[in-house]
Amino acid sequence: MATMTMVQALRSAMDVMLERDANVVIYGQDVGYFGGVFRCTEGLQAKYGRTRVFDAPISEGGIVGSAIGMAAYGLRPVVEVQFADYFYPAYDQIVSEAARLRYRSAGDFTAPLTIRMPCGGGIYGGHTHSQSPEALFTHVCGVRTVMPSNPYDAKGLLIASIECDDPVIFFEPKRLYNGPFDGHHDRPLVPWSAHPSSQVPEAHYTVPLESAAVVRSGADLTVLAYGTMVYVSEAAARESGIDAEVIDIRSLWPLDLPTIVASVKRTGRCVIVHEATRTGGFGAELAALVQEHCFYHLEAPIERVSGWDTPYPHALEWAYFPGPARVAAAFRRAMEP
Amino acid sequence: MSRGSLRLNVPEPTGRPGQETDFSYLHLSPAGEARRPPVDVSPRDTGDLAYSLVRVLDDAGQALGPWAPQIDPERLRRGLRAMMKTRAFDSRMLIAQRQKKISFYMQCLGEEAIATAHAQALEAGDMCFPTYRQQGLLLARDDISMVEMMCQLMSNERDLLKGRQLPVMYSYKRAGFFSISGNVATQFVQAVGWAMASAIKGDSRIASAWIGDGSTAEADFHNALTFAHVYRAPVILSVVNNQWAISTFQAIAGGEATTFAARGVGCGIASLRVDGNDYLAVYAASRWAVERARSNLGPTLIEWITYRAGAHSTSDDPSRYRPADDWQHFPLGDPIARLSKHLIHIGAWSEQEHEKTQKEVDARVNEAFKEAERYGTLLDGHIPPLATMFEDVYQDMPWHLREQLAKAGA
Repeated sequence: MATMTMVQALRSAMDVMLERDANVVIYGQDVGYFGGVFRCTEGLQAKYGRTRVFDAPISEGGIVGSAIGMAAYGLRPVVEVQFADYFYPAYDQIVSEAARLRYRSAGDFTAPLTIRMPCGGGIYGGHTHSQSPEALFTHVCGVRTVMPSNPYDAKGLLIASIECDDPVIFFEPKRLYNGPFDGHHDRPLVPWSAHPSSQVPEAHYTVPLESAAVVRSGADLTVLAYGTMVYVSEAAARESGIDAEVIDIRSLWPLDLPTIVASVKRTGRCVIVHEATRTGGFGAELAALVQEHCFYHLEAPIERVSGWDTPYPHALEWAYFPGPARVAAAFRRAMEP
Repeated sequence: MSRGSLRLNVPEPTGRPGQETDFSYLHLSPAGEARRPPVDVSPRDTGDLAYSLVRVLDDAGQALGPWAPQIDPERLRRGLRAMMKTRAFDSRMLIAQRQKKISFYMQCLGEEAIATAHAQALEAGDMCFPTYRQQGLLLARDDISMVEMMCQLMSNERDLLKGRQLPVMYSYKRAGFFSISGNVATQFVQAVGWAMASAIKGDSRIASAWIGDGSTAEADFHNALTFAHVYRAPVILSVVNNQWAISTFQAIAGGEATTFAARGVGCGIASLRVDGNDYLAVYAASRWAVERARSNLGPTLIEWITYRAGAHSTSDDPSRYRPADDWQHFPLGDPIARLSKHLIHIGAWSEQEHEKTQKEVDARVNEAFKEAERYGTLLDGHIPPLATMFEDVYQDMPWHLREQLAKAGA
């Protein structure tokens, strides 16, 4: 067991998999010698050589397209798209190719690749370094969408994703790389070492896909959140005095429905929190599932807290970011009458 | 230079319905003229070959020049039979579509030499990433059953792809034939990735990528060239320039006043422009590229000049946008007639043998069709069972698909 940040935990996952499986290769922009702009692959090229860990041209379509070919050959590529905001040129390769290959060839060819993408804002990145485009993948049949919120899960879920025979979109909330950021941008960042999930085994382990985690038990209402919003929701619970049960969805799709349904049936109230824009966001799917499965247990309308339906602004970042105050206000609405 | 007002250039083909095509835009070289550099040529030294045309067979059926391959006439006879089989297969499937026994078809009429000769240059284990017009890669093989291919076209119970794909979108891993995507171009960069993987593993297998002139305009084409060059991937990058992308002339994809082969040179890739209707030239150029790839000399881009003699698909009517008799005037002719003439010229074939072979391939195709029909056609509703719709979306069926399967079946 070691104390790790999210960056170190992700690196450890890739290190373990490069060591265990000769078919794992890692590439993307700046991931080789330099070790990635967020340092997630630091030292891996030196350890495993230039044909296992290497730099790629600035071409997301080329990175993902070539990774599909490698996966069809029998490798397990783990590619990095430097910011989730940059994946768009690769969307055709992801949707029409990676997600469809097993189906269209009836299992003749498969594409077991993992696409890592740092997502989310809070770093003054403007609208090209802050987006949370998870709903563009949860809508796509044939891919799995995963977003860890802490070092332990990050390592376990990344290993599970690499070992998974389906293509996995692996989102890394970049504001969590170095600490469990709870939305209070004006306060000093709490380091991961102060959080129990920073205790990470150095060896191989997995956190199963399609499993959610109850990260805070509570009786008043159920919060469905993932990524950075897990900590924002915990802060909102602390600060509002409302005893919220916070569920970290972790595997967005396919997801762990029983954990969600059991909690909402018990609390009778549900607040959904995500950083992405609101309309057509993954929260809409969560709300639909909750009303389908828990309608007669609901005592109040389902609340959604999200980023606004605008591009992620630069100067007004903290007015956009759904912080603890906005989440707490939703808690209070959900507790009426 | 007078400055005048600015004008937008919108390329047009030289021929349209009622106006005969002036094929001088092809800039053909005489057979035997193009030089054959050593396989370890520097990519920049192939610049002239990207603008000229590698041709072996002349109009009299003679094999000329440095690209004329040393090849056993028996292999050429096999190639001719493969082309004839491909054409007979296509012709029967067009009828099947008109009989509504299949929903859709795409023939490769006039382009048969490219896939069949290229197939002869590859080895077992190599992987092709084809478009929908390289059925010749499969039909050149004796180990792929025509009945099985026809069952795919009919989406019947024996369709290996469980009725999920449009007709002709075959997938044959065991024959080195990657699952075809109807999206066009996506396979080009995937082939480069496959080749990179082979190099990463220290394997000896190579990849062969295919794309049409029209879809070279997609980013996937340019991504493929960049990745192939950067990582010196063991891949052959084939651009089949059949002049037409549905109704769009190749100049709209960027073929005016330059060549598609020239794209390769600019990317640091050895490049050739080759007569795609010349079986010997296709075989020779393919062998050259195969040897380069397998010797760690990197990728080769080959533009094959040919003509899409038929409609784009059974949903298309080319007489609406080009002269109906255009193919008859296409200066590179018919690949089957040209190889047949050559074989007769060297005494390895005869009119009688040609006629006999024609009857044989027609009979084999008809026989296969009769058998395939027995397993069901689109007309009689022998389609795969409902549950197959929900299978293979993921490795294991997740809860939501199990739930939807139950609802769909109820």
